[in-house]
Amino acid sequence: MRKSLTIGVAVLAIAATSCARRAPVVDPIPPGPTENIPPAQEVNPVTGDVEPIELPAAQADLVAKAGSDTVYFGTDEYNLDDASRATLAAQARWLLANPNVRASIEGHADERGTREYNLALGERRANAARDFLVQQGVPLARLLTVSWGKERPVAQGSNEQAWAQNRRAVTVVVR
Amino acid sequence: MFSKLAFAAAIAASAAVAQDAPPLEVDVVGGIDAPMSIAVPSMATSQAVETAAGNTGMLGNQVAAVVASDLRSSGLFTPIGPDGLNGYPYIEATAPAFPRWRGSGAQALVSGFVEARPDGRLTVGCYLFDVTSGRELARQGYVVGAAEWRRAAHKCADAVYSRLSGEGAFFDSRVVYVAETGPKNNRMKRIAIMDADGSNHRYLTEGKSTTLTPRFSPDGRRLVYMSYLGRMPRVFVIDLATGTERLLVPGRIMTFAPRFSPDGRTIIFSMAQNGNTDIYAVDANGGPPRRLTATPGADTSPSYSPDGRRVVFESDRSGTQQLYMMNADGSDQRRISFGGGRYASPVWSPRGNLIAFTRIAGNFNVGVMDPSGGGVKILTDGWQDEGPSWAPNGQFVMFHRTNQGSGQTSLYAVSINGGRARRLPTPQDGSDPSWSPLQN
Repeated sequence: MRKSLTIGVAVLAIAATSCARRAPVVDPIPPGPTENIPPAQEVNPVTGDVEPIELPAAQADLVAKAGSDTVYFGTDEYNLDDASRATLAAQARWLLANPNVRASIEGHADERGTREYNLALGERRANAARDFLVQQGVPLARLLTVSWGKERPVAQGSNEQAWAQNRRAVTVVVR
Repeated sequence: MFSKLAFAAAIAASAAVAQDAPPLEVDVVGGIDAPMSIAVPSMATSQAVETAAGNTGMLGNQVAAVVASDLRSSGLFTPIGPDGLNGYPYIEATAPAFPRWRGSGAQALVSGFVEARPDGRLTVGCYLFDVTSGRELARQGYVVGAAEWRRAAHKCADAVYSRLSGEGAFFDSRVVYVAETGPKNNRMKRIAIMDADGSNHRYLTEGKSTTLTPRFSPDGRRLVYMSYLGRMPRVFVIDLATGTERLLVPGRIMTFAPRFSPDGRTIIFSMAQNGNTDIYAVDANGGPPRRLTATPGADTSPSYSPDGRRVVFESDRSGTQQLYMMNADGSDQRRISFGGGRYASPVWSPRGNLIAFTRIAGNFNVGVMDPSGGGVKILTDGWQDEGPSWAPNGQFVMFHRTNQGSGQTSLYAVSINGGRARRLPTPQDGSDPSWSPLQN
């Protein structure tokens, strides 16, 4: 744990240093015609809150610049491996460079678990990713967490390859 | 074997109207050898009259069809009719022509009548006879609104079933479940309610937000369930009469796995924060949640004992999902599952004598154990069977089965005495079934 934290900080330090050598470049979110910035959302009368809205163009920018919006987990596990930490570190840099959006960190489980346990497992995964982003300097107030349990698989098969793709935490850029 | 034993005991025990006789207690072990053959001809009417639910003659046939279907679904009976059987005149409802029925091979006979009342309601009479001796074993009468004729049929089937098996009633009940459709990666899920035989099916939510794990309140008037409304998994309570929906715990906090206490006053549920899931209880009308578990494990799927004093739940605090017991205030938590495999989604029988669960040992199967954790008996053999729910009489367990690959889900019911699980047809796929208590 401590070791990876040191690496993450080191990466960030290097990035900050290299940014300092050139003129600072802040990539704005391209407000292309495909991006519908939704108007101010209504407060839902039942929940008392506003639903976070996805921002597809910003999401595409995150994927392009950070490499991926998704990290993966072993069966029944929620610890981050080296690849996950590198991806999340890159996501953190993007989030710090794009302060006008928030992120919903969304944890998922594969179908080979019972429904309610998988909801808990998805939350553990989302939380693990969120905690790492916070360690990377992203303000906690900009990060939501959601567990989808096994309800939103991306891969439809009932085999190890599909299940491996579904055990994941996705960083969803939201308004 | 079982059917003759119960039947002989029923005849010996009943002297007068069976409603006054004490219920027979019959222990059935290992499934039913030979279902009892029982004749269910169309019920009679003194005068064929149009009602809001149709002609009373037609209703006589429909009521008998529902009774026969219910009895067949219990696995204890082979009903004959109403199709293929001639009817009988009104006076024979209470005085059957037994020579005719003895010739049919039926051991028992359900007869009755459907009458229109001046106020537009229906009177339904239901009589159970032992064909060999000609003795009346049970009689019941019901007055129902015309639109509720099915409930009279279910109550008649319950009277027959209870009298002959010694078990409690369960046909006059409803099921709430999650209706599913669409491919695995774009599933629509919404709450649906139906009678336990699949009739009177209606959708309760639109499906814009995924909904999961609905449960009835003990009085059948409210539901508690989990929804992703607002892109957050949270527990909601809905009043079925008014449709009013309320967030159980205010704010953007993840809550799930909700159930009512047996007295309907408390809702127990899981809350997840900062990577940890614990069990909480809260007054059903709102208020501050009381924390019941506080371990780093994922604690979920709580279920009250019928007397409301204890709670069985699942936790992975030992490293794998296992079943635990605690008092309703959270004290004295102890593990009860020790067999091979992992154990999840426990549900306490309304009779208090068994706990149903999902066991994960390669495949996922539904089983029962006694509350001490012993007597584990696995009841199903699918690839992924999970999410058990008890019939009101504690004799049957409903669950959902997922097909490997396609992800299609279906509702099934299985007897605790063994035998093949029976599929409940639903308009779309179905999961997370919850069986209501008996209706009044």
